Amino acid sequence: MTDATKYLSRLELGQPDQTFLDSNELIINMGPQHPATHGVLRVILKLDGEKVLGTECVIGYLHRGVEKIAEHRTYAMFNPYVDRMDYVAAVSNGLGYCEAVEKLMNIQAPPRANYIRVILTELNRLASHMLWLGTHALDIGAITPLFYTFRDREEILKIFEKYCGARLTTHAFRIGGCQYETYEGFETEVKKFLKFVAPKIDEYEELLTTNRIWVKRTRDVGVISAKDCIALGVTGPVLRASGVKWDIRKAQPYAAYSDFDFEIPIGEKGDTYDRYIVRMKEMRQSLRIIEQAVGKIPEGPIMAKIPKVIKPPVGEIYHSIEAPKGELGYFIVSDGSTQPYRLRVRPPSFVNLQALDMMVRGALVADVIAVIGTLDIVLGEVDR
Amino acid sequence: MVAMLKGQYGSGIREANSYLGQNYLVVEASLIPEVLQVLRDREQFDYCVDITAAHYPQREKQFDVIWILYSFARNERIRVKTMIAESESVPSSTSIWGTSNWLEREVYDMFGIRFDGHPDLKRILLPDGWKGHPLRKDYGIIQQDQEWVQINLGIESGQ
Repeated sequence: MTDATKYLSRLELGQPDQTFLDSNELIINMGPQHPATHGVLRVILKLDGEKVLGTECVIGYLHRGVEKIAEHRTYAMFNPYVDRMDYVAAVSNGLGYCEAVEKLMNIQAPPRANYIRVILTELNRLASHMLWLGTHALDIGAITPLFYTFRDREEILKIFEKYCGARLTTHAFRIGGCQYETYEGFETEVKKFLKFVAPKIDEYEELLTTNRIWVKRTRDVGVISAKDCIALGVTGPVLRASGVKWDIRKAQPYAAYSDFDFEIPIGEKGDTYDRYIVRMKEMRQSLRIIEQAVGKIPEGPIMAKIPKVIKPPVGEIYHSIEAPKGELGYFIVSDGSTQPYRLRVRPPSFVNLQALDMMVRGALVADVIAVIGTLDIVLGEVDR
Repeated sequence: MVAMLKGQYGSGIREANSYLGQNYLVVEASLIPEVLQVLRDREQFDYCVDITAAHYPQREKQFDVIWILYSFARNERIRVKTMIAESESVPSSTSIWGTSNWLEREVYDMFGIRFDGHPDLKRILLPDGWKGHPLRKDYGIIQQDQEWVQINLGIESGQ
């Protein structure tokens, strides 16, 4: 018996001889091959008519054993693997990993490298939010935003491609700094992009913010309170939309974030609409950060003095950054050799997904789609 | 805080130290539920960031179980660590933080460490019928549950 049938047989299903007028609990399977689950997420829904009584997530379809692989690769060799977790925000993953190893070795990336890191990471946050907006709106039934956001996200990917040759799995940073110097015209190109994209974000908002269908589908859907968010460990825009003003970039600044002036947008009710507004505001804040950073990239080396063979001293470290989806943490145990003894990734999507059940109880089936979209999960990171 | 905890639990707090500016506690396994509860209620560590483990096969107490906590009020992190032998289990912290549910399931899935009092302790990333716990050091990197692969995926070689 597979796990699914076991699960189904555990729950009481209505008898076949009862008429359709009798209200019965119904078990419906959604996914893993379902366009609105953003990958291979499988959700088992327990329904009463169209009302959701409970859900169970079945995950692991994309499990590749990243943490096991890490124990068999050197620190530098493992670097590209982290890009394959949250593959729409590969730059953030790389930043978190490189900084964690740097912290373990007690070295600091030079200021120039930190500025380049901030610019690329914020560009990546924009790209991630754009992809989220397009697919989230598409799930709810608005097709147009997808074309708009993908068109503009392309410009970001072009900058990545010019910088390091890759568009998605960038492997942009190295332990100790950056591998590549900025290409000629990098700053003007980024500035040009900022000018180009600011009115585009207004355009998305014009399409959705006051759109009646959008508001009806998202207002008061998937409400989660700040207290529940904290108890469930939910982080990122979802936590902020519930009214908690917490962002690791401000709370425990890393890279060069302490040099820049930006705000943490928060919501009030913690519903799907608030999360949408928070992410839209975050995109504008990212533009602000990039604008400040690109004007004053300091001169100097882009790589710290690190030994050819990376051998961190014996010890443990936990380092986390504010990825587009929430707190992305790396816990590394070093035994003094060239390979991590144990490497743990604290994935934001995995922890946030756990809140799905609480958010959709009592809602309608269509709202489940809206909530999966608003949680902004990437299954590559959930399953690792 | 450390002085207070040490005063209360004596030698149960094996070590309270800081490495590279990060604080950690090493606690006797039997004291875990109490210490975690105190850390949340009295010391305001209301956010359980992560629960994880590490395997040291050459040690008598083979596993480290690690809780990473964060306090919004203090803007501070702390790691709580305990050591257990293979036959031992750890009390579940699902009643303290809701987050613990899936995180403990993952630790169980990857290391085979049991959490007492967990409402639904089963595998989370690997399929239910899978044999072995991949993040243990004696589990090879290309090792698979060949029987499972043969039966469920129909691949003769099992690889």
